[in-house]
Amino acid sequence: MSDTLQTPLYDLHVALGAKMVPFAGYAMPVQYPMGVMKEHTHTREKAGLFDVSHMGQVIVKGSDFATAAKALETLIPANVLDLEQDRQRYGFFTNDTGGIMDDLMFANRGDHLFVVVNAACKQADIAHMQSNLDGVTVTEITDRALLALQGPSAEAVLASLNPRAATMRFMDVATLSLCGAECWVSRSGYTGEDGYEISVPSDHATILAQALLDHPDVAPIGLGARDSLRLEGGLCLYGHDIDTHTTPPQAALNWAIPKARRTGGARAGGFPGAAIILDQIANGASTKRVGLLPEGRAPMREGVQLFANPDDDAVIGHVTSGGFGPTVGGPIAMGYVPTDKAVVGTTIFGELRGKRLPIRVTTLPFTPANFKR
Amino acid sequence: MKFTEEHEWLLTEGDLIVVGITEHATTQLGDIVFVELPEVGTTVTKDDEVVVIESVKAASDILTPIDGEIVAVNEALADTPALANEDPLGNGWFFKIKPSDPSQVDAYMDEAAYKDMIA
Repeated sequence: MSDTLQTPLYDLHVALGAKMVPFAGYAMPVQYPMGVMKEHTHTREKAGLFDVSHMGQVIVKGSDFATAAKALETLIPANVLDLEQDRQRYGFFTNDTGGIMDDLMFANRGDHLFVVVNAACKQADIAHMQSNLDGVTVTEITDRALLALQGPSAEAVLASLNPRAATMRFMDVATLSLCGAECWVSRSGYTGEDGYEISVPSDHATILAQALLDHPDVAPIGLGARDSLRLEGGLCLYGHDIDTHTTPPQAALNWAIPKARRTGGARAGGFPGAAIILDQIANGASTKRVGLLPEGRAPMREGVQLFANPDDDAVIGHVTSGGFGPTVGGPIAMGYVPTDKAVVGTTIFGELRGKRLPIRVTTLPFTPANFKR
Repeated sequence: MKFTEEHEWLLTEGDLIVVGITEHATTQLGDIVFVELPEVGTTVTKDDEVVVIESVKAASDILTPIDGEIVAVNEALADTPALANEDPLGNGWFFKIKPSDPSQVDAYMDEAAYKDMIA
């Protein structure tokens, strides 16, 4: 592991007693002494601080915002051009077969786009943008850490460092001075809770993290609870719930493709795989990502095979993410099933240790989103 | 009390052996969210997979350390799997086994040897 990278918060994680694991090339905290279950619950009830510095932070800049926005629209089926200044959106890079290459957040920062991509995909994403975006520069930001502060107390905690934090709405972005550092803050996250993601200069990351942790409501949270929080929030994990073999309609992500990019829209198509994706939006896809509630107590994890009946031989789908939902108080999962089974209330079966156990198809998220819209 | 290299403990209770997992094991596993226990009356052979534990992280199998018949299981774990974290050497026990060869227990470590192993 000599080539494992460290985030600017590495020493703080170790000092806090984190169990460090390799993740996407970085040594990351999977849990702290509090443990995954308590970290999860703490985030839902108060606030959790996450180090997500392994994620890619990228600036896409053209001669003006519209130039950069139009360029990015050639790679993602989103409305980038009409995104207001200081606002953020969710999107994904698609490939020629309509599959998802990565999902991302992008923000209009006035004269440029600020893009956050997944750690495991960031080199590929940056190369993809650099080789396919004409007339813009694509620059990875390597001198900033990324923190996430999530949970119902997040607003009060961040506002104690800068009152402007409280004036932001869900998916707003702003430049805020925090602990003397210029931070790029968005009111968003990956837990289903209200909260912020904070891009902070690396040399101020530990100072800011420590200032946030000094608040009695804030605890450090590892990747373990990050995963159970996002799963309860119904949010996709790239490489598991979505990948190059799943299209946005199959992944139930049509909500992220606005009218402007659909058939008949002002800038319809014009992104990789458009013909396939737009056809699936119009006519439906053969499979769909759904929420799955195993009826017993046994967790059904990624890879569990799904069946229509207890005695059928034919596998109809797989669990793509699954585990125990601490807030739900039982097992939860997501997976792909044929569209005729993707009806809420349908009972299907998952095979666990040779037994077929009933699962109810359900809506996502499993826990209600608590965003400040 | 005796201990196995697989972090199980064995406690002799009359002519039965009570089996559970150690605090070291539960700490490593993290929060336990599901325990699947064997059927009472099952005849088992050493190293049979008799219990499945699911923690927030992963599933693990527990092997029976001795031959015999499962005569009781800790039903409380079905509703409250966290008992295995909270009181691993007491209320978090898994099953009681009537050994077919009680001397099998003697092969396992005493507490001092187990503590040396996990040190």
